[in-house]
Amino acid sequence: MRILVVGGGTGGTIVANNLARRLSAEIRSRRVRITMLSASDKHMYQPGLLYVAFGQMTPDQLYRDQASLLEGTIDFHVDPVEKFQLDQNKVVTKSGKVYEYDILVMATGSRIVPEQIPGLVEGAETFYTEATAVKLFKRLREIQEGTVAVVVGVPHKCPIAPVELIFGLHDYFKARGIRDKIKIKYHYPIGRIHTIKEVAIWAKPEFDRMGIEYETLFNVGEVDVENKVVRSEEGTETQYDLLIAIPPHRGMEVVEKNNLGEGGWIPTDRFKLTMNGHDNVFVLGDTTNLPVSKTGSAAHFQAEVVAENIASMIKIGTPVRDYDGKVYCFIETGHDSATYAMFNYQNPPDLKPPSKPMHWFKMSYNQMYWTSVRGLL
Amino acid sequence: MSDTKIVDARDTFCPGPLMELITHMKQSSVGDTLELLSTDEGSGADVPEWVNKVGHEILSNEKIDGVWHIKIRKAK
Repeated sequence: MRILVVGGGTGGTIVANNLARRLSAEIRSRRVRITMLSASDKHMYQPGLLYVAFGQMTPDQLYRDQASLLEGTIDFHVDPVEKFQLDQNKVVTKSGKVYEYDILVMATGSRIVPEQIPGLVEGAETFYTEATAVKLFKRLREIQEGTVAVVVGVPHKCPIAPVELIFGLHDYFKARGIRDKIKIKYHYPIGRIHTIKEVAIWAKPEFDRMGIEYETLFNVGEVDVENKVVRSEEGTETQYDLLIAIPPHRGMEVVEKNNLGEGGWIPTDRFKLTMNGHDNVFVLGDTTNLPVSKTGSAAHFQAEVVAENIASMIKIGTPVRDYDGKVYCFIETGHDSATYAMFNYQNPPDLKPPSKPMHWFKMSYNQMYWTSVRGLL
Repeated sequence: MSDTKIVDARDTFCPGPLMELITHMKQSSVGDTLELLSTDEGSGADVPEWVNKVGHEILSNEKIDGVWHIKIRKAK
């Protein structure tokens, strides 16, 4: 049985490690082989980018060698897939190698596409890459007064990031003693300040307390870089001195080039996590088209389901459980407090008041991630 | 005119029905029709508010067996 995992991010790495442990006897007896193909020999802890943007972490702290995170029985290659031939159960990589499989796990992730909005690349700072997070921090250090505008593209990874950014900005400028000279204006695509109703209800009085201005039903249409104005598709505009964008995302280009899903998102069964029409192809994390948060947390919980089901298919001939939509998101509410949102398909989150211990837990998790992604936590 | 595209956002809290709809609207072409399925009680009002503000067209909006079925035509 050949299991091929495409993608070495959070989801792919947890699936591969989890499978390597569950199927250790089968691997030893050479009845199962696990191969991982990734585009990079490095693994980035992406939530750390927000800390880089506030000067609380440096980029080198975000990386580990991918090979060091994987069980020794996993055959790992840095050789990204270029062609998926699902009807023949094989893929072709950039180097030209062909990998055949019996079970395929697609965990290719997503990418930012700020270029889809005119002026956004030139006019807005962001923090979704190492370079842009560092650049944003330098801009935050420079600014002395004026309007900092935050806009949010759709769809975007880590739906909690926009509110975490606002709390972080408030605390950062307060610590610098210039909060009274900085106007923070938040813009959000739908009719409340966060897509999760419970988060919106909780965050609104917090925004009011901090003096955050907000405009809802604001989808970024274009940025007039010369005049420092951001305009919405809904017909409104905001003048800014510093513009920070949560950029819009798409699925990976290879998914689009292989016509596997509109927008690069692969049509996926929300419970089985299999690709529609392909029972031997599992999809997880950002790669799916599911109406589920694009976060490492969702990828983590989905990876556990996928690994358990693949292992049970090999051992007893059938998958054993469904994905219930579980997501757990920390919410940093400034530089010294946090809360969390946990929910699934049926149960909305029940937000607790922010606390220092929850922030310490998040800071600990920033280190524990490396244990988590090895499949040990 | 293409066939109606179903956006199944039932039983989802994040990113939520309207955010899902906006994602699919951005991936669609002018003239396309989308049908949003939502179990969020607020969708019956929230979705038309956005659709009307941005300038698309609501074709129908009804609740059947606890599920909102909202048809929208992309106008721009």
